[in-house]
Amino acid sequence: MTLTSAASGAGRAGGAPLLAVDLTGIHKNFGHVRAVDGVDLKLATGEIVAILGPNGAGKTSTIDIILGLSQPTSGRVSVLGMQPRQAISRGLISAVMQTGGLLRDLTVFETVEYTASLFAHAQNPREALSRAGIAEIADRRVGKCSGGEQQRLRFAMALLSDPELLVLDEPTTGMDVEGRRTFWAAIRKDAEQGRTVLFATHYLEEADAYADRIVLLRHGKVVADGTASQIKAMAAGRTVRATLPGATEDMLREVPGAEDVEVRGDTVLIHSKDSDATARYLLTTTPAKDLEIIARGIEDAFIALTGDDTQASVTSTGAAR
Amino acid sequence: MTTTRAIAADVSARRAPAFGGFNLTALKLEIRRLTRNRRTVIIAIVVPVVFFLLFGLNKAYDSLPSGHGNVAAFVMISLALYGAVLATSFAGAMVSIERSQGWSRQLRLTPLSPAAYISIKILTALVLGFCSVAAVNIAGILTHKASMPVSLWIASAFSVWIGSLLFAAFGLFLGYLLPAENVLQLLGLILALLSFAGGLFIPISQFAVGVRDVAKWTPLYGLNQLVHTPLLGNGVDWTWVVNVLAWLAIFAGGAMWRMRKDTARG
Repeated sequence: MTLTSAASGAGRAGGAPLLAVDLTGIHKNFGHVRAVDGVDLKLATGEIVAILGPNGAGKTSTIDIILGLSQPTSGRVSVLGMQPRQAISRGLISAVMQTGGLLRDLTVFETVEYTASLFAHAQNPREALSRAGIAEIADRRVGKCSGGEQQRLRFAMALLSDPELLVLDEPTTGMDVEGRRTFWAAIRKDAEQGRTVLFATHYLEEADAYADRIVLLRHGKVVADGTASQIKAMAAGRTVRATLPGATEDMLREVPGAEDVEVRGDTVLIHSKDSDATARYLLTTTPAKDLEIIARGIEDAFIALTGDDTQASVTSTGAAR
Repeated sequence: MTTTRAIAADVSARRAPAFGGFNLTALKLEIRRLTRNRRTVIIAIVVPVVFFLLFGLNKAYDSLPSGHGNVAAFVMISLALYGAVLATSFAGAMVSIERSQGWSRQLRLTPLSPAAYISIKILTALVLGFCSVAAVNIAGILTHKASMPVSLWIASAFSVWIGSLLFAAFGLFLGYLLPAENVLQLLGLILALLSFAGGLFIPISQFAVGVRDVAKWTPLYGLNQLVHTPLLGNGVDWTWVVNVLAWLAIFAGGAMWRMRKDTARG
């Protein structure tokens, strides 16, 4: 299921749309493992988008492709209308990684100074440190900094080139609640200037609270894409499942209440905002049998959408796929 | 929409840095990092000087002639080469630390091109190599034992310094090949063995014939012979040049191969 996001339309008015990220048919295989299995993703400029999914859903592989750190097995990738590497060399993309990426034997200031020296245009390193609130530890060796200080340093480094696209890969892993709140306040403030932010997370609350739009990944596929409220609305309905040989998706979309449909062999799944009407219609006007109505809550929906097959089968909510 | 236009204008106004991101600030910081590693500095600069003071000042050496100078000068050149290859290969092998700390990956999110990065690494290696060569030569001057014409002295020191580039490539290769924890210890051991085999500590004419034949294929042999030609004035044997070029091709090719594997990541 792909919900067309209202937010994704923003900023496209007025001539050719410049997409911050444009992935088309991306596949990435590691041997026999399909880490990314046909992802299409378009991010308008200025959006704050969360990629949500459990470990192994393909979040990091997708992000690595956007950053040009790895090449897709097939598919097309474009960032701000160019190849990722070109965008990086122009300072248009920055990333804050979860861990690592810092030299322990440099000082905080030297790290920022080094990074700034590599760009054609970069902020003054001292100012960058002040803005990130780590000016007072400028002369401390990176290896002696706390995890939170290192994360603020990574953030300062990422903003040096004033990027149009900021990519955060599980940026708050290991932070306490207060640290997380401060971090996101800084990101939101920063994004007000029109920067596009893409972040990966496996915290539902984080995606809900800070993203304009949520993309759910599962087994390398986009299983849902919409605003938080759209996904909640989607999850709020019920799924009607029945055996109905010969049904097509086009036929099923005409069923009363149907919002999203799926045909799996003889089994049909109809996600419905009015499951009573849907069930009544199926039982009275079609040869449908073995009918089931399955309800689910928001948490269930996220688990179903992003969890393992075993978990998904418990709540039987394949309709969202 | 105005914001869209502003972003589009900003995107097209952006440009990539000159020289693939190569710059003197980064070079300065790399050199500072290298000198911060005390063990590296001691091994690359102090040890060769100590070896020279211990083994190069033998009473007989200043009276024994060697080519256009004396044996003390010969030993000084050998130990300058030993120091220079330690320095450049250690500097090259620092990439293994950068890899293990994720810094190489971080750099790939900046405009720095692989060629610019390797240039910075090689220049950093040459700076430490220069310090090492200078230290041994200054020790040679101050002890008044080594003797050779000034022009040959300069030619020898210069050829040692430039020749040590071969081992910057060696260090980079090992740095990309091996994990960070033990690369420096391993490198010290390998270089000691190669220095023996190359005749830096004992002339290979003193080896048994079979051992000598094998030693001639090792990567320090050709370079060691070449850097002594200004002093000895005995001409250049083409096999020495082949030895150096072949090992350069192996080390540089190996480093590039491993680096590409490292950056490709599938």
